[in-house]
Amino acid sequence: MQGASNILLEGNNLSRLFAGLGVSIQIALVSVLLSIPLGILVGVFMTSRSRVVRFILRFYLDFIRIMPQLVLLYIVFFGTAAWFGVSFDGYTSSIVVFTLWGAAEMGDLVRGALESIPRMQYDSAYVLGFDRRQTFTCIILPQAVRRLLPPAVNLITRMVKTTSLCMLIGVVELIRVGAQIIDLNRFAHPDGALWIYGAIFFMYFFVCFPLSLLSRYLEKRASK
Amino acid sequence: MDWSFIQKFAPYYVLAAQVTVSISFWGIVLSLVIGLVCSMITELKVPVARQVVAAYIELSRGTPLLVQLFFLYFGFPKLGITLSAETCAIVGLAFLGGSYMSEAFRGGIEAVGPTQTESCRVLGMTWGQTMRHVVIPQALSTALPGVVANVIFLVKESSVVSGIALADLMYLTKDLIGLYYNTTESLLMLVVAYTLILLPISIVGTILERRFDYARR
Repeated sequence: MQGASNILLEGNNLSRLFAGLGVSIQIALVSVLLSIPLGILVGVFMTSRSRVVRFILRFYLDFIRIMPQLVLLYIVFFGTAAWFGVSFDGYTSSIVVFTLWGAAEMGDLVRGALESIPRMQYDSAYVLGFDRRQTFTCIILPQAVRRLLPPAVNLITRMVKTTSLCMLIGVVELIRVGAQIIDLNRFAHPDGALWIYGAIFFMYFFVCFPLSLLSRYLEKRASK
Repeated sequence: MDWSFIQKFAPYYVLAAQVTVSISFWGIVLSLVIGLVCSMITELKVPVARQVVAAYIELSRGTPLLVQLFFLYFGFPKLGITLSAETCAIVGLAFLGGSYMSEAFRGGIEAVGPTQTESCRVLGMTWGQTMRHVVIPQALSTALPGVVANVIFLVKESSVVSGIALADLMYLTKDLIGLYYNTTESLLMLVVAYTLILLPISIVGTILERRFDYARR
């Protein structure tokens, strides 16, 4: 390789990359934290008796599912400015999209978990004198959450990976920082792209791999 | 809504959709091949190759496609390997999809269970016969929903190839918004294009799943 020292170890390049990773993780984390309560709400309404409510939520879920995340990012990033005159920056657009996406996916998981709980549980609770709300919060929800945990962790992993798309709408996150470092050192380190993108590849991996191990562990524990 | 704009640029969307479809198609074909090979290696417990496959699956599932593409497109030339943007996109998609397909196939094979393969051995069937007549038909039917989901996932993932300057649907939309400010029309055509590509796949997938549902019947 050319150059006396490695591009990764020069100046504050490595710490800049980690700051970029921080932005990526921050987007994923904020979105997840927002989408958990919203997702539970969506999930509960998905089991609603009203046909209209179910239809609207079904449409919302299917639209989010069938569109690539990048299309959703474009719709919020370019669309909101054209339609409502509010101009979200890339960072806000990303969080809006990821939250909408997370709430939809989480909602469907919650729906599945709620429906998997047998009718008997509700009936027994009523017999024991629980009212509807107590039944839901004390009996149904705790069981649903346990089944929910592994796919929820999976969703976080997918979100972290999908933050890579944010650079395409101008968010300065891990990949964009990497590209900046490569451009800055174009002449001093012509082979920078290999090292930087290689480093970014493994940085993503070392965030996502533990999460995927955790999800597998939770899955094994839940199936016992 | 400016219908003349839509009329004027709809043909461009057809061209861009062709780019999206052809890249997704070759990426999916390759990832099916990679997935089949990897799941066979895991199933047969081939030494060394099995560990390589396991590492590959973790690496490919734990990293975003865009980073894989950038590494291929910008990083590889520094090693003296220069690939065109199309090749990069297809290779990247196959690298990502291979692990997903392999997991789907493995799930299918595992669902058949050892009782059946052992019964086949008792009945005097060879490994090849067992695979062909007993395991694979059932495994395919169990794996089908996962495979269909992966196909849809990969078409959607192909939207990031605009990042390495391939003129797909996303690239065209960004271009049109930047050039003419016809945001609503461009986004509408984008959404319609992806719906027209993905909805038929999803419907055909559901039909196939019903048709080949003999593992559970």
